Amino acid sequence: MPSSLNRQPPTTTARIALGRTGDAVPVAEHLRFQLDHALARDAVHATLDVPMLERGLRERGIPAITVHSAARDRSEYLRRPDLGRRLATHPGAPSLDSETWVRSMPAGSHESPTLAIILADGLSALAVERHALPLLDALASRIPNPSPRIPVVIATNARVALGDAIGEALGARITVMLIGERPGLSSPDSLGAYLTWNPRPGRADSERNCISNIRAEGLSYAEAAARIAHYLREAQRLHATGIALKDPDTPPLLGPA
Amino acid sequence: MPYDITLRGVRHTFANLRELLAKASPLRSGDQLAGLAAESSEARAIAQHALADVPLAAFLEDLLIPYEADDVTRLIVDTHATSAAQAAFTPIAGLTVGELRDWLLSDDATTDRLTALAPGLTPEIVAAVSKLMRVQDLIAVARKCEVVTRFRTTVGLKQRLSTRLQPNHPTDDPAGIAASILDGLLLGSGDAVIGINPASDSPQSVLKLLAMIEHVRERFAIPTQSCVLAHVTTQMRAIEQAAAAGTQAQLDLIFQSIAGTELANKGFGITLDLLAEAESMAASLHRNPSQPTPNPYSLIPNPCLFYFETGQGSALSAEAHHGCDQQTLEARAYAVASRFSPFLVNTVVGFIGPEYLYDGKQILRAGLEDHLCGKLLGLPMGCDVCYTNHAEADQDDMDTLLTLLGAAGVNYIMGVPGADDVMLNYQSTSFHDALYLRRTLNLRPAPEFEAWLASPHFEDLKRLGPNPTALLPLASGNWPTGT
Repeated sequence: MPSSLNRQPPTTTARIALGRTGDAVPVAEHLRFQLDHALARDAVHATLDVPMLERGLRERGIPAITVHSAARDRSEYLRRPDLGRRLATHPGAPSLDSETWVRSMPAGSHESPTLAIILADGLSALAVERHALPLLDALASRIPNPSPRIPVVIATNARVALGDAIGEALGARITVMLIGERPGLSSPDSLGAYLTWNPRPGRADSERNCISNIRAEGLSYAEAAARIAHYLREAQRLHATGIALKDPDTPPLLGPA
Repeated sequence: MPYDITLRGVRHTFANLRELLAKASPLRSGDQLAGLAAESSEARAIAQHALADVPLAAFLEDLLIPYEADDVTRLIVDTHATSAAQAAFTPIAGLTVGELRDWLLSDDATTDRLTALAPGLTPEIVAAVSKLMRVQDLIAVARKCEVVTRFRTTVGLKQRLSTRLQPNHPTDDPAGIAASILDGLLLGSGDAVIGINPASDSPQSVLKLLAMIEHVRERFAIPTQSCVLAHVTTQMRAIEQAAAAGTQAQLDLIFQSIAGTELANKGFGITLDLLAEAESMAASLHRNPSQPTPNPYSLIPNPCLFYFETGQGSALSAEAHHGCDQQTLEARAYAVASRFSPFLVNTVVGFIGPEYLYDGKQILRAGLEDHLCGKLLGLPMGCDVCYTNHAEADQDDMDTLLTLLGAAGVNYIMGVPGADDVMLNYQSTSFHDALYLRRTLNLRPAPEFEAWLASPHFEDLKRLGPNPTALLPLASGNWPTGT
């Protein structure tokens, strides 16, 4: 039987050169896999620490509203993507409209926001808890309007399209949703950013722009913020997001041909 | 046309075959999401009773999606009207679904007879009969089917198990891909195909990745096939760009995801005509060295150039399911595959997520259903035994499905380093998993590949040791340049 590689070169994060005992992977590799899977599973099922996010936003002088999708718990959220795209309407659920927003604002702010930012758990609460606030900090200096005027909404059990309902309720021209991506085995805390011009329910995915893989081992906060700012500028100029906007820098994949 | 049955003194009525099939389908979250699933376990069991009594002839009359509305329906109906299909159908034409299930499990249903029957079956018939089967039935019948395809290797022979080497990389880094290819080859993986999911869907990157596989394959005389799983139109542009530059794309298998309705295929950006055009472009490259053999499993000559992927739930995901259950629509995707007699078909069973297949139990049954339905229709079925991290599944579930598919005689499985696809972010089967399955069930690689593993070429590869960049073409040469 063939033997495996002796050691792992640094060119890929793929699980190569694992060695063998019989046909199985050695115990250390087995345990590493199990731990990584456990981290990914826990990230999917974790409940977003809303008080922690609210506190962090308060410290930055940013008022926030917290809303929930129509999916009542993580189990329903995973089975019913349609509910994760709609705002909760059950009695006692927080309501969201531009009035709510105006009431939560300091005196003197009485206009609909241009930009609304949404922090959503998506498929990894861990990603939002770890990366949303540092990314907001990186973004603050790149956004023309001062940040206190930009509404920040925390959304739980949320799919990407919930941002459309939130944006419409607030009367926002454009939304930036920072949402936990589906965890990979080696990336339980990957954050995605979705930009949607003129958000309203029914927007197709082709009408959004996405910046993916924001995490320590992936896209840095500074780089992600720069890309979000680029898309925001382009969206304001073209009054559109999605396939109409081009990526700022599409690096050649394999170097020059 | 309504269907009814009286059970224990109570009469139950189903409005049409579409509703009956959906309610008889074993429980899965996608049918619940679509509002099509039986409302209770009792309702499901009653529907299965009613389905068992439906004559097979009804499936050609009570169409699930109207003939005028859907080109997959037209393909199924028109194909079944040909004289060859009618001749194959005649022996079972008088049976009900329940009687067909019993016949398939009987000793009368030999490998040869199942092969002869394939053109006479329709996707809806095989979907229906699979709904009346337990897991052991799905295995026992599939095990009797044999669908063999040939390119540089011969895939699907009994007591053989092949693998697709899947060396994906998040940024298509050539050295990173080479490292995974080397690791896989050294562990005996890759006799079905070396197939890369590219991060970038461009003709340029298709050509570069194909050239890289070609370089490795030729340098070490590896009997296998290449495929870069970009959108079919991107691969077509790659073929054109290479031709315009005076070279030829080194493309063995042309890839596309397919589904069971015209609307869902439109969502994938394809039509049947587009696939036919792609096939003729791939055929013009004359890359398959095997002699065209009469294919007893199909109504049309067998060029063996396509690699198709499917999966339950894709039509619902594209809002193109026409009120049909996801397992029946998956079988209808096989009608599209059959039209092109592919080299490989792969049901990517657990990739779609828990809203369609909730947990290990649902994934397991779906994988075995898909494998059987494809095999009954004469397709070279493989299975991406896989799950995502938001599904209620783990490695134990994958080991179970892997072992059962091995027992069922699956043509090939995936080979992903350590089972962790770092580009697509899901877990599939590892190089090690294939070794386990081969040893446990006494399965061997494709004969050409098995011979290669014992050849000096394989010794040469082993001597590369831990230096995968030695697999790469020199920077100055071997890269085709598109425009």
